[in-house]
Amino acid sequence: MLYAILCYASEDVVCSWSKEQDDEVMAKLIDVQDKYAKAGRLGPVARLLPTTAATTLRKVKGEAVVLDGPFAETKEQFLGFYTLECRDLDEAVEFARELSEVNPSGGSYEIRPVSLFNPTKVAV
Amino acid sequence: MTELAWISTAISNARPQAMGALLRYFRDLDAAEEAFQDACLRALKNWPKNGPPRDPAAWLIFVGRNSGIDAVRKRAKQAPMPEEDQISDLEDAESDMAERLDGEHYRDDILRLLFICCHPDLPATQQIAVALRIVSGITVKQIARAFLVGESAMEQRITRAKARIADAGVPFETPGPVERSERLAAVAAMVYLIFNEGYSTNGGEAPARAPLCEEAIRLARLLLRLFQAEPEIMGLTALLLLQHARAPARFDENGEIVLLENQDRSLWSRKMIDEGLALVDKALRHRKPGPYQVQAAIAALHARAAVAEDTDWAEIDLLYGLLEQMQPSPVVTLNRAVAVSKVRGPEAALAMIEPLEERLSGYFHFFGLRGGLLMQLGRNEEARVAFDRAIALANTAAEAAHIRIHIDRLIKESAEKSSLQKAR
Repeated sequence: MLYAILCYASEDVVCSWSKEQDDEVMAKLIDVQDKYAKAGRLGPVARLLPTTAATTLRKVKGEAVVLDGPFAETKEQFLGFYTLECRDLDEAVEFARELSEVNPSGGSYEIRPVSLFNPTKVAV
Repeated sequence: MTELAWISTAISNARPQAMGALLRYFRDLDAAEEAFQDACLRALKNWPKNGPPRDPAAWLIFVGRNSGIDAVRKRAKQAPMPEEDQISDLEDAESDMAERLDGEHYRDDILRLLFICCHPDLPATQQIAVALRIVSGITVKQIARAFLVGESAMEQRITRAKARIADAGVPFETPGPVERSERLAAVAAMVYLIFNEGYSTNGGEAPARAPLCEEAIRLARLLLRLFQAEPEIMGLTALLLLQHARAPARFDENGEIVLLENQDRSLWSRKMIDEGLALVDKALRHRKPGPYQVQAAIAALHARAAVAEDTDWAEIDLLYGLLEQMQPSPVVTLNRAVAVSKVRGPEAALAMIEPLEERLSGYFHFFGLRGGLLMQLGRNEEARVAFDRAIALANTAAEAAHIRIHIDRLIKESAEKSSLQKAR
């Protein structure tokens, strides 16, 4: 089954890292991903820009309204996601654990089975 | 990366919020700084042992406030300092404490901390130096290096500016909406100044001054997180990101200026550009245009052009026209003239800048542009005069060197011409 591993952490903390610190964390996270990618199990991965660059479209009384950012007064923000082919939940949990071990930001990984997967190719 | 490096990142990230809250408690900048320093020392002792707290700012505020109160008591010889153990116990109470502490004051605390640095009596460079010291926590030594002055001179400058701020009295009342937006505008202008201080540089000094640009971006992001729906703060952040994205391409290996049209655009930071473009798009949807948004929109048009020839100069001309209406200034008109020269030719641009001479008679870029336009029109002798004026007014060696290239070309051309005439 394909799982999505959604990363939540304090943007405040992650955005305060120096470039060297960020690079160091990313390099370690890539090491973890490489192992799974070589086994052909890793799907698309995305890291999002800060929520300050985000826009939300919300339906209010049947009308779509465009709003700034997700305004939720929460300590953690949705920062990015991984997709991973897993036999069972344990495997997905193991992957998330490995990611969390090399990531000093604390935060959490939400593990969700994927119901529809449409990896159309875009030229980036 | 050592654990200490991560701790110091956490501390410096928590600094504006913690300092802002401590300033509100103690109503005195020196007392707040002392309390914060004390809290940091305890954090350096405590965090490696007990792990960093979940909310570093709340921890520093709590410990700083207690130590500040104790310092007052100690001076009054009433009570001894608390034992170290008592303080390290507060981990459990921390999440609870974070809620109690200042949730609603958070924004105004940080804004106040930044705002007191913008005291109108302080010259711009002092405002910047004080903000970097107090809000960002950058050491005097680093600030001195960025401003290219000696450490003791900078120390004196900061001490004097802080005394002036203390004399002026800190505005402690919670600001109303109008005051808040006035404060925000003053603070935004200061952040822009910090960036410019780092940006106006030459190749040799660029590495020493780059931290000013990075710090300005950090402060802009901080403001944006506090005021997420303010289009001008989006514009400011976008502007700084889009300008700084070009930093790796602005100077060649000899430290000479590389003009925008000649820059290797593959060196531009894609990530910063993407974030800047997203912010410009977001801001413009608000339909509340302002000078930062317009400048960001201009920077965005440069960023969107894959090669210099693709630049939408007609749109840039329109945007500068809009900026002229919002913020009439000969420098804006001068910049517009660059766009006009691309759209309508050098003659039209020259006509546009001629009336500016009186007001820009001490401005390097005026004579640089005039020389360039005259050269395009083949009026080489007049161009030469303008370039000579520009060199005399150059602020950096790189600027002078850049003009020198044009002059050398003119000299060569005229030499060729005269030898051609002699041959006849």
